[in-house]
Amino acid sequence: MMNLDGLEMIAVLVVMGLFIKVLEQFGLFEPVGGEDSIEDDFELSTVCHRPEGLEKLQEQTKFTKKELQVLYRGFKNECPSGVVNEDTFKVIYSQFFPQGDSSTYAHFLFEAFDTNKNGSVSFEDFVIGLSIILRGTINDRLNWAFNLYDLNKDGCITKEEMLDIMKSIYDMMGKYTYPCMQEDAPREHVETFFQKMDRNNDGVVTIDEFIESCQKDENIMQSMQLFDNVI
Amino acid sequence: MATGVAAWLPFARAAAIGWMPVANCPMPPAPREHSKKQDELIILNVSGRRFQTWRTTLDRYPDTLLGSTEKEFFYNEETKEYFFDRDPDAFRSVLNFYRTGKLHYPRYECISAFDEELAFFGIIPEIIGDCCYEEYKDRKRENAERLMDDQEENKDSKLPNMNFRETMWRAFENPHTSTMALVFYYVTGFFIAVSVITNVVETVPCGSTPNQKDVPCGERYTVAFFCMDTACVMIFTVEYLLRLFAAPSRYRFMRSVMSIIDVVAILPYYIGLVMTNNEDVSGAFVTLRVFRVFRIFKFSRHSQGLRILGYTLKSCASELGFLLFSLTMAIIIFATVMFYAEKGSSSSKFTSIPASFWYTIVTMTTLGYGDMVPKTIAGKIFGSICSLSGVLVIALPVPVIVSNFSRIYHQNQRADKRRAQKKARLARIRIAKKGSSNAYLQSKRNGLLNELLDLTGSEEEEQHMNKTSSLLESQHHHLLHCLEKTTAHEFVDEQLFEQNCIEGAQFSRSPSLSSQEGFTGTCCTHRSRKRIPLPNASLSTTHTHTHTQGLQELSAIHIQCGDQPSLSTSSRSSLNMKSSERSRINCRGQQITTAVISLPSPTNFPPDGDGHSPANPIPAPPTINTTTSSNIVKVSAL
Repeated sequence: MMNLDGLEMIAVLVVMGLFIKVLEQFGLFEPVGGEDSIEDDFELSTVCHRPEGLEKLQEQTKFTKKELQVLYRGFKNECPSGVVNEDTFKVIYSQFFPQGDSSTYAHFLFEAFDTNKNGSVSFEDFVIGLSIILRGTINDRLNWAFNLYDLNKDGCITKEEMLDIMKSIYDMMGKYTYPCMQEDAPREHVETFFQKMDRNNDGVVTIDEFIESCQKDENIMQSMQLFDNVI
Repeated sequence: MATGVAAWLPFARAAAIGWMPVANCPMPPAPREHSKKQDELIILNVSGRRFQTWRTTLDRYPDTLLGSTEKEFFYNEETKEYFFDRDPDAFRSVLNFYRTGKLHYPRYECISAFDEELAFFGIIPEIIGDCCYEEYKDRKRENAERLMDDQEENKDSKLPNMNFRETMWRAFENPHTSTMALVFYYVTGFFIAVSVITNVVETVPCGSTPNQKDVPCGERYTVAFFCMDTACVMIFTVEYLLRLFAAPSRYRFMRSVMSIIDVVAILPYYIGLVMTNNEDVSGAFVTLRVFRVFRIFKFSRHSQGLRILGYTLKSCASELGFLLFSLTMAIIIFATVMFYAEKGSSSSKFTSIPASFWYTIVTMTTLGYGDMVPKTIAGKIFGSICSLSGVLVIALPVPVIVSNFSRIYHQNQRADKRRAQKKARLARIRIAKKGSSNAYLQSKRNGLLNELLDLTGSEEEEQHMNKTSSLLESQHHHLLHCLEKTTAHEFVDEQLFEQNCIEGAQFSRSPSLSSQEGFTGTCCTHRSRKRIPLPNASLSTTHTHTHTQGLQELSAIHIQCGDQPSLSTSSRSSLNMKSSERSRINCRGQQITTAVISLPSPTNFPPDGDGHSPANPIPAPPTINTTTSSNIVKVSAL
């Protein structure tokens, strides 16, 4: 065998490495590790969802045919694939609140609209949700709002949940407010809320407490009907 | 708020219900929708092609034409649609912007046409989507460069009053402007060539005397070469000093590259004169002679290609820098490796790493002189890797430089081509323009002739005349006529004007007014219809209503029997018909009298825009001459 010095050893190793690379190019030598991860991504984006017929939606919601048509046109324009995923949802919602960060509140909204918890909001979910908010009874609307606040959907709103919601709402205001936004503004607001809503002072607000307290408050009752003729 | 998502505003408002139970204060009342009209289809008729869209689609962008009430100006009541007299193809992009929220730039469209459409519809081009924005910007820049080139050429035209210094500078910069400049250009070129050849021949071994070895020609014919060198340097010095004198900004000239080259070219000679026969600095003296070769760079004034090359290298500085840097890195790496690989072998030429640099450079540029060769196995392996990588490293930045050069070169070609086409193009445009001005003059003549014909009472010819000009033309002519009346001057065409000027010059020498020649007075009116208010303009009062002779006003009609040289017949109106009329009128020449007015030229007049020769002051007072002539009826106008 040849007497190989250190440098010569390195040289030989380099040559061998290059040789292996050349073999790879010719396809004679498959390295470990697959390369099929790229093609999978293409399949997700071509999924298209079509809503059920117009009549069925009319039964499920309280919108007229024309209103459904207008809603669908706007929906399809923004989401041609027929479903909204959370990122698109956040992007759309953030266009309305340019100063602040509306992504958290949009996330909560998304959770509220996505009734079947599959990570995407289809047109049916969208329109059913809107129907409750805009055409439902006051109780329906209060129920929907409670559902929005109850993040883990366990039937009661804890202080932490409320704090999250409150923070997300305050985040939408952004930095430049008058008067200056204090750090504990959300917390104080939560305290006020709980004082008003929590009848039995057990630290959580249940659905009945919520509806009862809201019905007693004139302001809330009036504001619930503010968006009656949005569509 | 991005109005592109205006469709989702109802949703956002509905989602606000989540704030209601939380709020402590009452909410403001919602805005009422006054007219809850259903969404309707709007028809947009663009040059016959009908586009339909929802009204709310257009309302998405209220600061554009289609989104605001501005479109009501285009509303057609009978057909109940909005009519736009624009390009339907470009309108597609505009409407798609409303539909999708993204504005695209169609590549087949001309950039300025597209810009105009956007400007018409009130859309700013900056919102073109990312997919098309780069292309749009590139085309726009190219177009701007093209327009800039055209403007730069206009600067070449001679300015009216250039003093000697400016003329000289212009002669230096553009040798084609005058013969002297061309001569100077060629002379300097010749002397540069002579100087360079002298430098080269100086070192060639000439024949030798029997005892001595070959001596270079420079040492054999010292005097001759010295004289030639002196002559060249004289010329160069004179040229440099002249340029320095003529330069508009001496400081900027002295800083420019060409002037530095000039200085470097002539300095060695003077320095050599000063330090003759000083043994200590003879080494430096030799260095100075090297600098004489820089004279060859003076050729770049004479060669466009050299300049382009220099400009390319300058603009590719970053690529060149990258090439240099990567080469340096590779050289150091391989030199180190080769040095250590060859350290073991005996009588190795790789004595140090810097010594290995030479081997690495020669190998990487695939020169391979063979004066340094590795002998060990490791050295050979690494040497081959070195040469392979050298090819790669050098080949990578080169295409970028080449494409840069190609772009600049083509741009230059384009500029030259445009310059060549320009003359023909301008000539055609000028002819077309003259057509419309001649149409006006023709119609004036028709007006005159109409009056004449009134007198002579031939009806059908009159009607024939009147029908030939359209309503638009007649309104335009009426406008020009009003302008004439306002300023008390009249339009006239080029040749007539020049003739009159010449005659004006002639007239100033012979004060008698010949009956043959009408005289028009001042020649300082512009050819291009600019008006100089003459101080003694009493034209307005000189409507020579010589009813007996049937002439109404002063206008310049040059009617000659036979040919009509001064009236070009390129106007669109049927001049052929008129020429026959003219000739017929000439037969009745006895009855036609013309009034001619002559005005004194103003004592000071503004300089002509096109370098027209100044008129001669005419001392005659305003006179009105009436001439009758049989041959030449010349009524001159100003």
